[in-house]
Amino acid sequence: MFKIVEREEMAQGTVIRNVIDAPKIAKKAKPGQFVILKADEKGERIPLTMADTDPEKGTITIIYMVVGKSTARFKDLKVGEGYMDVIGPLGKATHIEKVGKVICVGGGTGVAVLHPITRALKQAGNDVTCIIGAKTKDLLILEDKMKAASNTLYVCTDDGSYGRPGFVTEQLKDCLNEGGIKLCVGIGPVPMMKFVCKMTKEYDVPTLVSLNPIMVDGTGMCGGCRVTVGGETKFACVDGPEFDGHQVDFDELFQRLASYFEEEKRCYNEYCKLSESKL
Amino acid sequence: MAEKPAKKEQIGRQPMPEQDAKVRARNFDEVPFGLEPEAAILEASRCLQCKKPACVEGCPVSVDIPAFIKFVAEGKFTDAISNIWRVNALPAVCGRVCPQELQCEGKCIVGKKGDPVAIGNLERFVADYERNNRLAPMPEKAPATGKKVAVVGSGPSGLTVAGDLILKGHEVTIFEAFHKPGGVLVYGIPEFRLPKEIVFSEVEGLEKQGVKLICNEVVGRTVSLDELFEEGYDAIYLGVGAGLPTLLDVPGKNLIGIMSANEYLTRSNLMKAYLFPEYDTPIILGKNVVTLGGGNVAMDSARTALRLGADSSRIVYRRSRAELPARGAEVHHAEEEGVEFHFLAAPLEFKGDDKGRVIGMKVQQMELGEPDASGRRRPIPVEGEIYDLECDLVIIAVGAGANPLLTQSTEGLELNKWGYIVADPATGKTSKRGVWAGGDIVTGAATVILAMGAGRDSANSMHDFLTRGW
Ligand SMILES: Cc1cc2nc3c(=O)[nH]c(=O)nc-3n(C[C@H](O)[C@H](O)[C@H](O)COP(=O)(O)OP(=O)(O)OC[C@H]3O[C@@H](n4cnc5c(N)ncnc54)[C@H](O)[C@@H]3O)c2cc1C
Ligand SMILES: Cc1cc2nc3c(=O)[nH]c(=O)nc-3n(C[C@H](O)[C@H](O)[C@H](O)COP(=O)(O)OP(=O)(O)OC[C@H]3O[C@@H](n4cnc5c(N)ncnc54)[C@H](O)[C@@H]3O)c2cc1C
Ligand code: SF4
Ligand code: SF4
Ligand code: FES
Repeated sequence: MFKIVEREEMAQGTVIRNVIDAPKIAKKAKPGQFVILKADEKGERIPLTMADTDPEKGTITIIYMVVGKSTARFKDLKVGEGYMDVIGPLGKATHIEKVGKVICVGGGTGVAVLHPITRALKQAGNDVTCIIGAKTKDLLILEDKMKAASNTLYVCTDDGSYGRPGFVTEQLKDCLNEGGIKLCVGIGPVPMMKFVCKMTKEYDVPTLVSLNPIMVDGTGMCGGCRVTVGGETKFACVDGPEFDGHQVDFDELFQRLASYFEEEKRCYNEYCKLSESKL
Repeated sequence: MAEKPAKKEQIGRQPMPEQDAKVRARNFDEVPFGLEPEAAILEASRCLQCKKPACVEGCPVSVDIPAFIKFVAEGKFTDAISNIWRVNALPAVCGRVCPQELQCEGKCIVGKKGDPVAIGNLERFVADYERNNRLAPMPEKAPATGKKVAVVGSGPSGLTVAGDLILKGHEVTIFEAFHKPGGVLVYGIPEFRLPKEIVFSEVEGLEKQGVKLICNEVVGRTVSLDELFEEGYDAIYLGVGAGLPTLLDVPGKNLIGIMSANEYLTRSNLMKAYLFPEYDTPIILGKNVVTLGGGNVAMDSARTALRLGADSSRIVYRRSRAELPARGAEVHHAEEEGVEFHFLAAPLEFKGDDKGRVIGMKVQQMELGEPDASGRRRPIPVEGEIYDLECDLVIIAVGAGANPLLTQSTEGLELNKWGYIVADPATGKTSKRGVWAGGDIVTGAATVILAMGAGRDSANSMHDFLTRGW
């Protein structure tokens, strides 16, 4: 078992942070890599990016949004309990180098995935501007950490309850207009990444995105995570999860994410009913 | 000897009792029930006890077939299993999945005139008998050598190496990427053909003998080969299988509902999606399912689809019936259960609806032309003969390749042009000192027994190395 040593509810309980005892993975993991977790015997294998690692303490941190049955099950795990299976580190690490001015754009729980990359980019000597967004103030996560990890931080909320009102792309446009940006990293919901890429393409700024297709094994064995990048089929779990955003077919990814929509709904509803009946 | 054979030949091959085709096509229970002891004894009595047994030549690991069959004929089932174990650590598996018609039974002399001796069924019988009664003495372990061996991958070849080397007195640890051991035996071959309990019981047996099993460890990611050496392992065996799906490059290939057999079978077998929602992993329940391919993997997929409630399950194969690479028994079972075959047919295009889900495919009619490099006649398109098939799930089972995850992260390991590891066919030695390899990652997708045979050869060579040097 992989024990949970710390647990925090964020964004009004819609986002959960777990620190998990996994020394071998902690020792090896690099920014951009993910793990696959399975709560118990009957559970599904769920990929989540490592938001942080502590090789000395032997722990990894995951931050996830509760969106369905498996993440709801994860949310029910308390400190001292744990995950039956944790596999990793998987995927390629982010290529970190000093390029100059960099913009990191994060939306929703994508901010959690973006945080270690941002920190590494800054440590490598880049001038990092961060734009993070959420639907509303209460759903914003990791503001302090992102502030510490970047040189300049902008916050946007869709409903204007905090920071600049509107989508992150509006702030991004202003930053791009200032010029001199060498690299953009955009991580968040698929539609957000799509629009970020559309915009940076107009300005010819290379853009990295981290893709989240449905996965099973995470080792390149099943092909379920395939995405089309530059007209070629790539397996996000081994060739990614990061890709050149200007080459990604986001519409296909968006469609494929709905593969099990009906099943997921059914499974989640049954789990919620079960949890209610236990209360 | 002159009159005895004549009498024996009058006994017909004992039929394997099995679930009715209509019933079993809707459940995941094993298809054959296994022979009763009386039937096994009768079947064993059909063996002529040949002086030069052709059957043994047909078996890749040279099971002493007449000897174990003689024990069965005498009712000495425990002696029979001890005899098989000397060369085959997984008889309950091999009896079920070996392509016997091409191997042992294909060579059996009784088969020249009638039906061959049911060697596979007998092997399965004695292994099941032993698993249910536990009477055979465990093989003895040699004194500890103090040497440490790492086995990467817990498929049949890795399990064989682990079993052999633990008995020779070495410390053995198996590293498995998945959360459960067994390789294809667990994630690929379905429950109705090979109950998982059998594989787990074999693995448990190894653990009882002292083999350490570490799951959830992806060698090449969680730990590298060089780090394993640094941790004190003296030798490493790579039995990582051919875990790379072949997908098709035709229009519509990424529509929802088009997936590799690896994904489909892993969801169903390893993740138990056939028990969804009791188990959390979902699977697409197709009403009209098409499986592309003609091997065991295709049969397993098409039959799984029926069990998951498909109204129609079709196999689309680009050659003809004669070229089907699947085990005879699987083709037969699939047909009995209602799987339809479209021979000489190849996919041209998949069509989807506005949500990106597959709703049909265009199929090109083929005919057989000149033989190709594999010696089989090459299928060529018949011009203008194209038809449509309605489908909401397409399973691609047209082969597997070498998964590069481990090999590309390891320095000094020579690969061939397809990415398979180059290993000495006699010893399994690779170009990297202290590293052996065998099974599908060396030969390409093959069979359980060949993977086990390669494991056996490597284990012997590794033992030599550990006791004498490279
Ligand atoms: C490499 C990678 C890194 C990720 N990192 C994070 C992260 O750090 N934080 C976070 O909140 N989310 C992350 N995700 C997404 C996360 O895996 C899904 O939200 C989760 O699987 C949902 O499972 P569920 O059962 O709770 O919801 P479900 O009801 O099953 O599904 C809800 C949504 O999640 C998607 N999904 C379902 N099953 C899977 C699966 N096996 N693999 C991937 N997606 C799936 C579905 O398309 C659906 O849109 C990551 C995904 C990938 C591929
Ligand atoms: C659906 C299906 C049906 C089949 N039916 C038959 C049949 O009826 N008869 C027959 O003889 N053969 C059959 N085969 C073929 C047979 O199963 C294989 O030839 C055999 O399993 C190969 O054994 P192996 O030990 O080389 O590898 P595998 O069985 O593939 O096992 C390899 C193991 O290594 C693990 N692994 C991979 N990479 C790593 C890593 N980096 N770190 C740690 N672990 C790793 C994998 O997870 C896996 O568990 C079938 C195959 C399939 C897919
Ligand atoms: S191991 Fe396979 S080929 Fe050999 S005798 Fe047994 S069933 Fe036949
Ligand atoms: S060839 Fe057939 S009859 Fe002869 S020993 Fe083998 S199984 Fe028996
Ligand atoms: S998750 Fe199976 S190949 Fe990527």
